[in-house]
Amino acid sequence: MAELTLVEAVNQALAYEMAADENVVVLGEDVGVNGGVFRATAGLQERFGAERVIDTPLAETLIGGVAVGMAAQGLRPVAEIQFMGFIYPALDQMLSHASRLRTRTRGRLTCPMVLRAPYGGGIHAPEHHSESTEAIFAHVPGLRVVVPSSPSRAYGLLLAALRDPDPVVFLEPKRVYRLMKQEVLDDGEALPLDVCFVARAGQDVTLVSWGAMLHETLEAAEQLEAQGVNAEVLDVATLKPLDMRTILDSVSRTTRCVIVHEAARSGGLGAEIAAGLAEQGLMSLMAPVQRVTGYDTVIPLSRLESHYMPSVTRIVNAVKRALEFA
Amino acid sequence: MTKTTDSQIVARFEIEHTRYLDEQGQPCGELPEVAGNADLLRDAYRTMVLTRRYDGKALNLQRTGQIGTYGSSLGQEAVGIGFASAMTARDVLAPTYREFSAQLWRGVSITELLLYWGGDERGSDYSGPREDFPICVPIATHCCHAVGAAYAMKLRGEERAVVCVLGDGASSKGDFYESLNAAGVWHLPVVFIVINNQWAISVPRKRQSAAQTLAQKAIAGGIPGEQVDGNDFLAVHDRTAAALSKARAGGGAHLIEALTYRMGDHTTADDASRYRDAAEVEAHRADDPIARLRTFLEGRGLWDAQAEEALLKDCDQRIDKALEEYLATPPQPVEVLFDYLYAELPEALAEQRQQLLRESGDG
Ligand SMILES: Cc1ncc(C[n+]2csc(CCOP(=O)(O)OP(=O)(O)O)c2C)c(N)n1
Ligand SMILES: [Mg+2]
Repeated sequence: MAELTLVEAVNQALAYEMAADENVVVLGEDVGVNGGVFRATAGLQERFGAERVIDTPLAETLIGGVAVGMAAQGLRPVAEIQFMGFIYPALDQMLSHASRLRTRTRGRLTCPMVLRAPYGGGIHAPEHHSESTEAIFAHVPGLRVVVPSSPSRAYGLLLAALRDPDPVVFLEPKRVYRLMKQEVLDDGEALPLDVCFVARAGQDVTLVSWGAMLHETLEAAEQLEAQGVNAEVLDVATLKPLDMRTILDSVSRTTRCVIVHEAARSGGLGAEIAAGLAEQGLMSLMAPVQRVTGYDTVIPLSRLESHYMPSVTRIVNAVKRALEFA
Repeated sequence: MTKTTDSQIVARFEIEHTRYLDEQGQPCGELPEVAGNADLLRDAYRTMVLTRRYDGKALNLQRTGQIGTYGSSLGQEAVGIGFASAMTARDVLAPTYREFSAQLWRGVSITELLLYWGGDERGSDYSGPREDFPICVPIATHCCHAVGAAYAMKLRGEERAVVCVLGDGASSKGDFYESLNAAGVWHLPVVFIVINNQWAISVPRKRQSAAQTLAQKAIAGGIPGEQVDGNDFLAVHDRTAAALSKARAGGGAHLIEALTYRMGDHTTADDASRYRDAAEVEAHRADDPIARLRTFLEGRGLWDAQAEEALLKDCDQRIDKALEEYLATPPQPVEVLFDYLYAELPEALAEQRQQLLRESGDG
């Protein structure tokens, strides 16, 4: 079994599925000869040819729209947007077409495509390379939004996305691309979509997070453990549709909940989770739901970035507020 | 004279304009092969007339509240039938909202058209051309789909092509340029038909682009572009047929700008008298694509008053029957809102679906 980084796990899942299903094609800017700017598609063109691993012109609307057209014709395109900051021209295609093709044609045409993009901050990147705007996609009926937090999740969830009969926006936390290694068996086993994973079992408080922030959240849980607080940590993984049931089950036991995401606060996915708890879990809550998020500001350039990103300390403090609430 | 700089012309282009029949339906010169195909000509003429009768009926249905907002294709019938009759059943059409003629030719039923414009998604579940795209409302966004579908055909080594139809207004959008560009780079079997009907709602052609022709926009994408007289069925058919055979044989993409005129309002929600002179519209009335083809057919002894009478009767019968079918189609059950959102309804939505059933039952 190989020890892989998250980006290598993405590569391995793509290679596995391209070998298993000749309808899978990969397209995007620099994905071919260069193997992607993060190397997520490295070696794929050599192995599967330039017809299936396609260097596109520099045009994001085109990348999204071409994938829709390919999918309608029975291919399974995996389109890469180089950075989430440049995904917005393709948002039109995802929102206006990918998410609705099945509905509009009553199932006559469908859109089994995956739109991959590295996302998130904390790597001292240039402007427009740090945003987390997953909530924009998670708002759209008909889409799936999936975020892996580790190499093994990336492998299993991407395989599931590639096999899903509907469009999936697959957001890869680039801060985790090479942060850690895990043993990932290349067995073609997909993980389930539409469910939250329990990343750490606990009983005193429920911490809900996804993507790169899961790591700060887990670290906060470790620190809290040393202080006698046993936290449960949920990895949301599929942001749309949202598995509220697992979150509600957990909170019904722990009675307290802290949501952690690096995206701006207002209208973020944390708001949806908090609303779900207010609607269906109010009676089990012993304290107000806490949110630890990015601020409602433009994400700063690198020198101030650490002040924007939720830190372990901010998470620990929020948990304390939740626990101290009488 | 001595040359002081090393400057030279490195690229040049020409845009050809084709017409075979003049406004009076008289041949302007040598005719294309299709002019000898009596059966096809008569079928084309019949479907153009059917389109116009259907269009008139649909406008009335909108006025009486039986369908929703509707955009007529009056005056553009030769373009739609011209390119559609050059397609094979296995080719794929990516249409916008004014291509009833082409859709009818390709086997979309009048009932389906009425269902769609009457607010029922089943109208896009075409029983005929199963792989055609549904009509595209967000202007020019479908150009990218045409490129993607053409890529799939090429990858599989199929002898098929995609026809992507768009308007003069649409030719200003970025997705159109991105698509032309990619179709050129990838050498794809896709033919873009730009229906230049001179107006994009209230914006006239010359405010849309300073380019002398819209056809030349293809040149920048590295694919050939040409113009045809869009009111001349023979020209549209012949040039599209040539472009499609080339595309299917691996010769790459092509663009045809068809010049025509939007005789009606943009849609029933529009009043064109606010922005264009009645005189301009009147001037175009004399150049009718249906009359043009009829004169030609009559001149060859392929059509007469009796045939016309029978045709009109047949069209009206078909339209009335479709209208009956449409009106007799009960609305879909409400839960259908959820039923085509995903292949399988995610558990997270099961409760909302129940809620919809409960609340719509409450009235
Ligand atoms: C992206 C987008 N912008 C605006 C509109 C509103 N709109 C609908 S039709 C139209 C004009 C289109 O003109 P043209 O492409 O020439 O087609 P025509 O209506 O003449 O057939 C506009 C602006 C739209 N549907 N989509
Ligand atoms: Mg127009």
